[in-house]
Amino acid sequence: MTEMTPAMIHGLAGIAVFGIGLMGALAATDRLRRLVALKLCAVGAGFVLVAAAWRTPPAAPDPVPHALVITGIVVMISAAAVALAIIRRLHSLEAETDE
Amino acid sequence: MTEPLLVFDLLLAGVVVAVAALTLLVRDAFAMIVAFVVFGIFVAIAFVRLAAPDVALAEAAIGTGVTGALMLRALAHLRGGSLSGKDPAPLSGPTRATTLGIDGTLAVCVTVALGIAFFGAPQAGPGIEAEVAAALPQSGVAHPVTAVLLNFRSYDTLMEIVVLLAAVIVVWQVDRGLSGASDPLTGEVYQGFARVILPVAVTVGGYLLWIGAAAPGGAFQAGAVLAAVAVLVLLSRLYTPAAAHRHLIRATFVAGTVVFAAVALGVAGAGRTAFEYPPGHAKSLILLIESALTISIAVTLGALFHGREPASPLRKETR
Repeated sequence: MTEMTPAMIHGLAGIAVFGIGLMGALAATDRLRRLVALKLCAVGAGFVLVAAAWRTPPAAPDPVPHALVITGIVVMISAAAVALAIIRRLHSLEAETDE
Repeated sequence: MTEPLLVFDLLLAGVVVAVAALTLLVRDAFAMIVAFVVFGIFVAIAFVRLAAPDVALAEAAIGTGVTGALMLRALAHLRGGSLSGKDPAPLSGPTRATTLGIDGTLAVCVTVALGIAFFGAPQAGPGIEAEVAAALPQSGVAHPVTAVLLNFRSYDTLMEIVVLLAAVIVVWQVDRGLSGASDPLTGEVYQGFARVILPVAVTVGGYLLWIGAAAPGGAFQAGAVLAAVAVLVLLSRLYTPAAAHRHLIRATFVAGTVVFAAVALGVAGAGRTAFEYPPGHAKSLILLIESALTISIAVTLGALFHGREPASPLRKETR
């Protein structure tokens, strides 16, 4: 094994978080939990990108993956907001059906 | 292993993975969202350790703070107006063991593939940071991440703001059909707290916007801080959205996209293509775009939190 770097440690953590999120999204039984699991997946993927951009100090990290992850975070909150609105709507439709 | 910071990294990575697992294992949905917010904060600290303070700020403010607020609001709606209480019954019964086994195998395969891709790539190898550093003097700003976001890859950033605009349009359309029983806002925040924190938060937002040209910060982080202001103002009922303000709010939603697109197309011609800012004016143009983006992002995120367009009391809403 080569020398350990923060990039390797956190890259491994990102991969693990991605895996946990993916499994959670497949196994979840309610909608809110599935959304949170998909969020974990997205954060894990961003983690891997940021870890890959890391360079041994004093070299500065690669800014392009950083910009990509920031874009990803904003796109993810847009997707999450739409998903939450649909979850709310489905819930109230189901409540109407039950009555 | 002699370095104390590496020990810290190992502990931090362990905590991140453990809290991620806890988020999905905990049964109560409220606890799940709280665990998710805690997870986001630890991830932000890890991003700082990876020398990515811009990403850390965006993750803490947008990915964790505003997302957590949106989720808690949706949960309050699902639980009939309060955060405590019983969850609605799950959609389906317990998943069958064979299904879980197949799911698990597939998830492990995809995750291992990601791991092979990550560790197979050259570690700490040269990316395209040299090209960014070489072009940085022409970009108009001194901070590489801002240069990439607002100059070198500004097309991506324009599309991103369009995605945010599309999201708020969809949320308003979907919420229009929500049963009238659901009050858009249920919070009650002590107004004195809001009065103390608002000037500070607005100053921090403005500072983040300005400093983004030279140091970590920028339109998205500033927009998220101002969105927190919007959420606080809504929760403390210092401002109640009125139907009369609809046009102003809609104009603010599109302001970021319009200013960005107008500048991008306006600089075209005289031998330059769209998005190619003239070097002499690049900084002022970028700051103009970023200011419009900040206000648009703040109001859009605030509206996503509020949900539901402020309806006119005179006109009956049509389903």
